[in-house]
Amino acid sequence: GPDLKVISTLSVGFDHLALDEIKKRGIRVGYTPDVLTDATAELSVALLLSACRRLPEAAEQVKSGGWTTWKPLWMCGYGLSDSTVGIIGLGRIGQAVARRLKPFGVRKFLYTGSGPKPESAAEFGAEFVPLMRLAEESDFVVVTCALTPATQGMCNKDFFGRMKKTSVFVNTSRGSVVNQEDLYNALANGQIAAAGLDVTTPEPLPTDHPLLSLKNCVILPHIGSATYATRSTMAVLAANNLLAGLRGEPMPHELKL
Amino acid sequence: VGKKVQAIYLWWHKPVIDKELLQSLPNLKVIANSGVGMDHLDLKLVASFGVKMANAPHAVSSSTADTGMALLLASARRLVEAHNISISPSMEYCEADILGVKVAGATLGIIGMGSIGYKIALRAKAFEMNILYHNRTRRKVQEEQAVGATYCKKIDSLLQQADFVMLVVSLTPQTHKLIGKRELELMKPTATLINISRGAVVDQEALVAALQTGVIQAAALDVTSPEPLPRDHPLLKLKNVILTPHLGIKTDKATYMITEEAVENILAALSGLPLPSEVLPS
Repeated sequence: GPDLKVISTLSVGFDHLALDEIKKRGIRVGYTPDVLTDATAELSVALLLSACRRLPEAAEQVKSGGWTTWKPLWMCGYGLSDSTVGIIGLGRIGQAVARRLKPFGVRKFLYTGSGPKPESAAEFGAEFVPLMRLAEESDFVVVTCALTPATQGMCNKDFFGRMKKTSVFVNTSRGSVVNQEDLYNALANGQIAAAGLDVTTPEPLPTDHPLLSLKNCVILPHIGSATYATRSTMAVLAANNLLAGLRGEPMPHELKL
Repeated sequence: VGKKVQAIYLWWHKPVIDKELLQSLPNLKVIANSGVGMDHLDLKLVASFGVKMANAPHAVSSSTADTGMALLLASARRLVEAHNISISPSMEYCEADILGVKVAGATLGIIGMGSIGYKIALRAKAFEMNILYHNRTRRKVQEEQAVGATYCKKIDSLLQQADFVMLVVSLTPQTHKLIGKRELELMKPTATLINISRGAVVDQEALVAALQTGVIQAAALDVTSPEPLPRDHPLLKLKNVILTPHLGIKTDKATYMITEEAVENILAALSGLPLPSEVLPS
């Protein structure tokens, strides 16, 4: 409506906002960066570990009676020791993920994005590489970038085709960064070992979607920032952003358009 | 055939090493175990036959520490529950918010600070957890400082403060049923118990009761008594429990390294050389 002055989003992502139109109308936008970084990084690592160690699949075997006796290679997954981790989008969340993965014995960090970030990368000795090299060399790929026209559909057939057969793909950014059909094929054909997704297209997925049937795909209902404390903080921040906008005052966290 | 056997590589407690077997293998020199736990072996009995024993301590520590963290995080964020909701064909769930708890700033109590326990502390530190530990002996000050861990001489103190209690002890007569009704009642009602040690370290009946009545909030168990649990066991029905089938060492690399360690020990024993990881009866 024509009276709209302020939009306050309960997220750090703003890909769902028509920014050109918003800017044209002089509408101000508040968002919630930083306060959700820890919770989202924790969820990303939780998802990575659950995917590479096959937690939901193994838990199901315990419940269903599929676990009969111990066999050496049964339910074997992949470890992080001596691995190469590739982070797509070394922003606040990407860095927080790298920080948490470091003591798991990761040998090397790679990252990619719109440009190198030497100050951020230094802490992990991370090397800036082109997207396809990251695909080729990583044992674990973690996507933590923003959804933009440049990153839309970035993880596609070509990308998955270059990944190792033993690699694990984790997406906690936005569903549309991934070409979902290409991901399904890569998982179903053993081009990559496993995936963990907190975000999909759409959300939720239709109940008959093929991704839901894959044993090597862990899917979560977009709970990246879903902790009691974090959502509480986000809600207060979003309310304060909104009120400040209505009063014509500076917002705690305003999105610069 | 019995006379030809000089070495046994033990996979998951098989074969069972009892007096009859040892008597039937007069030339047996060494038993190499595929893992670090030796609680399934009668160490004195084996030694009495002049047979050496070895475990695989180095191969297991990283993958087991990773399993401990995987369970801690999965429990904190209700991951298995959330995954099952996502893939469920039923339309009951719409916008259920699976709210979990933040790990940063929470207190982790590590019971058993050996090499696996210490690796867990290293990982937990990166998550900005507050770390307490209880161990037979206190670690060196530099080791404590490196992970920011505080020693709790009394286990009670750790149990009362921890949001997550992680069991990483080896199973001995002293640690058998270390966590029972009394210890569970000392824990916070909002706390989670994570067990990656041995099922018998926990009084399982007491744990079931504690989980059913809200004495503690949740549990994540990679080990139980027995393994696997009988199909009608109450633990299988509890919503606030994650059960995994002894995944501790189940990675491609660890499996390979365990075999490498076993082979090294076997070759050393057969050559009359010192074993890299010999285990003696205490």
